[in-house]
Amino acid sequence: MSQVAIELRNVTRKFISPAGKTTLALADFSLTVNQGDFCAIVGPTGCGKSTTLGMITGLSPPSSGSVSVFGQRVTGIHPDIGFVFQSDAVFPWKNVIDNVALGPIYRGTDKKLATEMAAQWVRRVGLAGFERHYPHQLSGGMRKRVALAQTFINEPKILLMDEPFSALDVQTRALMQDELLGLWSEKKASVVFVTHDIEEAIALADRVVVLSKGPGSVKSSYEIPLARPREVATARYSPEFIDLSRRIWSDLKDEVQI
Amino acid sequence: MTTNSINSPAALPVDREDERKAVARAVNHHRLVIFLRIAVAAVTLAGWEAAVRYGLIDPFFFSQPSAIYAQLMVWLTEGTSQGPLWSELLVTMEETVLGFIIGSGLGILFGIGLGRNRLAADVFSIYIKIANAIPRVVLGSIFIIMFGLGMGSKIALAVVMVFFVVFGNAFQGVREADRNLIANAYILGASKRQVTFTVVFPSALTWILASLHVSFGFALVGAVVGEFLGARHGIGLLISTAQGTFNAAGVFAAMIVLAVVALAAEYALTLLENALLKWRPVQFVERGM
Repeated sequence: MSQVAIELRNVTRKFISPAGKTTLALADFSLTVNQGDFCAIVGPTGCGKSTTLGMITGLSPPSSGSVSVFGQRVTGIHPDIGFVFQSDAVFPWKNVIDNVALGPIYRGTDKKLATEMAAQWVRRVGLAGFERHYPHQLSGGMRKRVALAQTFINEPKILLMDEPFSALDVQTRALMQDELLGLWSEKKASVVFVTHDIEEAIALADRVVVLSKGPGSVKSSYEIPLARPREVATARYSPEFIDLSRRIWSDLKDEVQI
Repeated sequence: MTTNSINSPAALPVDREDERKAVARAVNHHRLVIFLRIAVAAVTLAGWEAAVRYGLIDPFFFSQPSAIYAQLMVWLTEGTSQGPLWSELLVTMEETVLGFIIGSGLGILFGIGLGRNRLAADVFSIYIKIANAIPRVVLGSIFIIMFGLGMGSKIALAVVMVFFVVFGNAFQGVREADRNLIANAYILGASKRQVTFTVVFPSALTWILASLHVSFGFALVGAVVGEFLGARHGIGLLISTAQGTFNAAGVFAAMIVLAVVALAAEYALTLLENALLKWRPVQFVERGM
């Protein structure tokens, strides 16, 4: 039995500039993500991938159509949502443990308890010994680990990720992908993972959705039958993986052609 | 991944000799800078004194270092015409510090308040521009009419001098706060109030602290100019009295007293800044271009 976690129905999103010019980011876009599903979205730049995530958080409501989370129409920020940003969104003036403890503290947990929870999460993401370091003292991969711990500590049922690993080097990215799969497999949140990297999408997701170029709408959708638990580094050499990768690329190719 | 890997990232043996040399180079550079600074001061003062003694410049207008020193000594040992130097200085300091605290407090409050409220910012920005365009020193006359010759009028002038600088920086600091960080805080569960205090204020703090350096000087200007315009005590009055008796050495001596105060305040503010912004990256010893 799989319940619907996220539903976008016939969503259109326009951006109107102060001069009155309309840009259509998404047109008649529909997407359903079931509970516990890992859904990756790939598409050419400017096709509205990030806009989709913004609408699910409630930070940027759709111009028309409906967005609902667990059957409820989205009006504000749903407390069950976690978001991992592309850029560094850890707080530079807080050390690692205080950064991770922020979520529970914002939500009213006692500071001492929140710090204890944070200490556990810092260890879980492999940053034991760095609790008192400030973000500028960490590498890009370590900052990303802080961001993951900061998001996971709230135990989100829906996890939105906006090209979270695109700024990392290839090796670090592979490590972080495994880290993410490890963290995700424990609680099985519903994930919407936006990326421009087809291989990353296939390696991580149960389903890959290809968007057409702006105004974006769903062009095709692929189920990924690769077994779990997966190890990202080895999964990408299986014949199924290569075949999927080729099919998705041929879909995407038409969209990115200039 | 071990703790010390952040300090010595490579497995290579660390070259202690190189480290020692880099530190020694930095120390030597520092010593050279201090020596040259003292040399510049010595040459300037000696040149000034010599120029007066050889009749190149007129001490009536330009005074001379020895006369300024003598004047300072007289003030320190015998007191000024208005009373002991330290009590005059205390008056000016009290006006400056109170004006500085009130002005920067209001500046931060309004800067962040308007920065967080788009409509209020749009409505009031025009009035703030107008108020900022007025040369604020002229307000001193009004304040003397309003608050009299006592401290109140000087504090009020110092407040308006400080307010606009701090306000402008706090406002800009709020506007420059990283949108991703704000969005992240909201999604992590923060209320608007929590975002203001835990995200917007810390990111504006860099801007605010930078403005405090400038604005302490402005507070001092406000207090001293206020005393020029009419007062019973203070360093500004001392200058104005010296001016009235064509005592150039007195003007310079009062200037030195004010400079010492301003430098001490600057030092204290730097300490405060370093304590509050300890999360910023430190500079390496290694020197670039």
